[in-house]
Amino acid sequence: MATVRVSEAEKIFIMHGVQGGPVCPHGDQKRIGCMKTVYRLTLKSSSARRRPRSLHEPRAPSGEAMLCCIRLTDDLRLDGRSCEDYRYVEVETDVVSNTSGSARVKLGHTDILVGIKAEIGRPKLDRPDKGCLEFFVDCSANATPEFEGRGGEELGTEIANALYRVYDNERSVDLKSLCITPMEHCWILYIDVLLLQCDGNLFDAISLAIKAALFSTKIPKVQMMEDEEGTTEIELSDDPFDCVRLNTENVPCIVTLCKIGQRHVVDATLQEKACSVASLLVSVTSKGTITCVRKIGGGSLDPESIYEMIETGKRVGKALHAPLQDILNKEESLGKTREKVGFIG
Amino acid sequence: MAADMRLPAPRKRSTNLPKEHGKHLVAPGDVITTDSGFMRGHGTYMDDEKLVASVAGVVERVNKLICVRPLKTRFNGEVGDVVVGRITEVQQKRWKVETNSRLDSVLLLSSVNLPGGELRRRSSEDELAMREYLQEGDLISAEVQSVFADGALSLHTRSLKYGKLGQGVLVQVSPSLIKRRKTHFHNLTCGASIILGNNGYVWIYPTPAEQNEEAGGFVTNTEPVPLSDREVISRLRNCILALSVHKMLLYDTSILYCYESAFHHQIKDILKPEIMEEIIEETRRRILEQEG
Repeated sequence: MATVRVSEAEKIFIMHGVQGGPVCPHGDQKRIGCMKTVYRLTLKSSSARRRPRSLHEPRAPSGEAMLCCIRLTDDLRLDGRSCEDYRYVEVETDVVSNTSGSARVKLGHTDILVGIKAEIGRPKLDRPDKGCLEFFVDCSANATPEFEGRGGEELGTEIANALYRVYDNERSVDLKSLCITPMEHCWILYIDVLLLQCDGNLFDAISLAIKAALFSTKIPKVQMMEDEEGTTEIELSDDPFDCVRLNTENVPCIVTLCKIGQRHVVDATLQEKACSVASLLVSVTSKGTITCVRKIGGGSLDPESIYEMIETGKRVGKALHAPLQDILNKEESLGKTREKVGFIG
Repeated sequence: MAADMRLPAPRKRSTNLPKEHGKHLVAPGDVITTDSGFMRGHGTYMDDEKLVASVAGVVERVNKLICVRPLKTRFNGEVGDVVVGRITEVQQKRWKVETNSRLDSVLLLSSVNLPGGELRRRSSEDELAMREYLQEGDLISAEVQSVFADGALSLHTRSLKYGKLGQGVLVQVSPSLIKRRKTHFHNLTCGASIILGNNGYVWIYPTPAEQNEEAGGFVTNTEPVPLSDREVISRLRNCILALSVHKMLLYDTSILYCYESAFHHQIKDILKPEIMEEIIEETRRRILEQEG
């Protein structure tokens, strides 16, 4: 993963911004002393490791509660966002002309290009009446020099495996509609993801791009013709506009939550990622259903904080779908009058 | 908390910029002149009998010397430049510092102030304690002492105003956008301080409360920064990014004007393209007014 070096003092600055701190640092010298004693007491009395406190629930007064009261939720990150704000997103579909569907998403400086090609193939043996999705993630060396040669392969396989897990369920994409003849022919959608620039929060951007690309995918209509000899032929219609669109209502979006100190943030930049120990990936559909939860990173997460992060992920994820759908509908309604920007515009 | 999504807009040419007279802009491969009487400087090469530019930038001519000064380049340090750098390696008797130049700069152990400000010969214990002072990833402000033959810079922090940097925010812009001034350390009136490194690294930090006899940057303050200071710092960071996107020169006055124009917007909105344009327009107007 593309990493950025951050000094210890910068980490402290970022963490304090996310979780807040004592209001008057100079006046409360005694209180700060108290906080230290409180910590020592709790450590001695219970061998449990320090539990992250939820700042939403009211607590019974105790030593640690005093600590909570002192801590206010500043909720101000380095660029002025709150902990649940996304950076500004640009979405464009139909950027690659020789694919069935494509989309390009820019989330801050993260740049993702997704191309979908629909090919006819054999369905899987355990799912004879369904089509399938195949993911391939290519980390281009344009993003960072670390991806040169085979450097980006590990990250690419990790992302691809996560994507398989996220989209592998009955309701995300209607795979039955991709079937042509059970056990013989089906549509296989090859989804290729290209990472052009890396500025943190890859999974979210990739999932937005995949949803936009699936929305713009046009699969040609097929007809099965029986020959005299009994061999079946597949006929594609000649009209390029005679095609089937996919229903992307239930396609999930991924929300990555990074644990920084005792709070979690959505859409972390590379500097914030360098301060966090672990992240949680939650994929949420527009109705609020969770399809996959995955932990990434080397640090440990407390079960309480996992629960809180999943709740935040659900809320934020649900709120992502509506603006994306609006933009895609708006782009569609512009039709031929839309000015294609692409990569050079 | 809805995410702000939109369709991309094609880049527009700014039409209301003041006309730059006499600036000869070239792209790589452009012929500068076919007159063979000129000496070629940096950024040019001879192709047959013609002088051709090898970088994109402005042609500068000094009598018979023609060179091209590029707009986006690595930092080319000169003696006396103030830089903000990040330690990448700790070696024997020196640190390697990354300063956005072609080679990592060098900070010798003999060029730093020892704790307590003593002037003594560096011993082997000092060498072993190097990592306790500056580790990999730490940020420092330093001055360029000399330039080695291969182009690497030798830095020093032998003044009390240089040294390890504490809590704050680093913004990276192109080195060509930093205007050369007498001083690069500013305590802005809006409530924060900045260091404009000549190498394009700008460090924004809360103004230290007491300007006491500094320990030369040895003591890092880990106390939380109050919310008001934090807001000022975030706003300044976004303003500097906005100025760099629109390729405006960065110096204390331009940053201050941009901060004042951006004051009534929400901090996170400053990075949205239309609001950024509005703020930059106003800043440009004020700078032109001030220049007369």
